[in-house]
Amino acid sequence: MILAKVVGNVVASQKNQRYENARVMLCQQITPEGEETAYTVLALDSVDAGVGDTVLIVQEGWGASTAATGKPQAAIDSAIVGVVDYVDLLKDE
Amino acid sequence: MQLARVIGTVVATVKNEALEGRKLLVVQTLNKDLKSIGKPMVAVDAIGAGVGELVFWCRGKEASFPFKREDTPTDCTIIGIVDSDAHVTNGSTKSARQVMDDSR
Repeated sequence: MILAKVVGNVVASQKNQRYENARVMLCQQITPEGEETAYTVLALDSVDAGVGDTVLIVQEGWGASTAATGKPQAAIDSAIVGVVDYVDLLKDE
Repeated sequence: MQLARVIGTVVATVKNEALEGRKLLVVQTLNKDLKSIGKPMVAVDAIGAGVGELVFWCRGKEASFPFKREDTPTDCTIIGIVDSDAHVTNGSTKSARQVMDDSR
């Protein structure tokens, strides 16, 4: 799973059937320290995350599909599965 | 599967219900010389690992197999704790056995 910040969402009227009633969020990966990286990804929301939230994104088709739609085998490869309260890091390194 | 160091924990109150009660840890993947490679990731713990420990993790759908709830949404699961750094034999550093022999 990766840590990411929700930066917005995407509206698409014409989309795969399995995406009905789903929210597609635009997310930017961050480091555990909170710095933004260049990698952005679209992910389906399964926990009511909002813009500005730090979230956990699963990037594996089966898990993302079951988390976001309740069933496997949808064309989904990323899903938000948690809203992060805080990250506790080892001091040195 | 790759070697990694657990460098932190993640606290998330709101999460997928299949993740309830699961420990989320920040892992930094390591190469054979135990040097960091790539960005840190968040892994679900299946073995009881803690911060600072050397572990290995599994990716893909197979990452959800260790859990009774097979709908656990994870793509990265810690499935083993390496006994110590010396227990990684990579051809260039001394193995745990050699370290023990040398200390005699």
